[in-house]
Amino acid sequence: MSTKNFLFVNRKTPYGTVYALEALEVVLISAAFEQNVSLAFIDDGVYQITKGQNSKETGMKNFSPTFRALGDYDITKLYVSTESLAERGLTVDDLMELTYEDADDDYAEKPSIILVNREEMAAMMAEQEVILSF
Amino acid sequence: MKYTILVNEGPYQHQSADTALQFTRAALEKGHEIFRVFFYHDGVNNGTRLSVPPADDRLIQKSWSELAEKHGLDLVICIAAAQRRGLMDADEAKRQGLDANNIAPGFRISGLGQLVEGGIQSDRLVVFGD
Repeated sequence: MSTKNFLFVNRKTPYGTVYALEALEVVLISAAFEQNVSLAFIDDGVYQITKGQNSKETGMKNFSPTFRALGDYDITKLYVSTESLAERGLTVDDLMELTYEDADDDYAEKPSIILVNREEMAAMMAEQEVILSF
Repeated sequence: MKYTILVNEGPYQHQSADTALQFTRAALEKGHEIFRVFFYHDGVNNGTRLSVPPADDRLIQKSWSELAEKHGLDLVICIAAAQRRGLMDADEAKRQGLDANNIAPGFRISGLGQLVEGGIQSDRLVVFGD
């Protein structure tokens, strides 16, 4: 089976609707197909990877720890919109520390989060072959 | 052009469910190939045969079934999303000990891998949803 560049675009808050949770389920399945998978977090999607999430009062499961497992699935490129962070009064310090171990560099721990502005996000999207937005 | 269609919204709730149907119909009329139509999120509800809209309204689920029969479409409903929302085929209903099933003709229930495979095998994957 051929390898394509897959991008999953996350645009919605983690709770309140089911989109973010079910998007993450597709991302995890895609890892089994050995595709070149990236994630983008735009608009309210940036809330999906904020640290200290507590969803108890909403009744929805706090699924944010799953993002920490993405590195183990070789999903290591998480593009985050700097404008979307800024518009919500967030900085990178508000995000979970998501990392992966680089097999090509003696398993050094490296950050998965890549901050990009709109132009860089557009350029990255132009390199994709399959884009799924949730 | 070979397409896979992803439908993420339920029928009667969101225009994108109608648009997905119309896009698929138009693509077939233009001679394109539809590799697969995958239903996810509330989109799975496009595949229930127990939907009975008022007589003067459109029949979205039936339209999919008719299109599938005419063109041999592969209409796939995500099993995890379907189970959350109460969509069952006969085998699954039996396995779960339930007394009913409600999948419309032409649809089948399978896993998310079918969506990823659609992305790999098709020239374009088009997403319909909010």
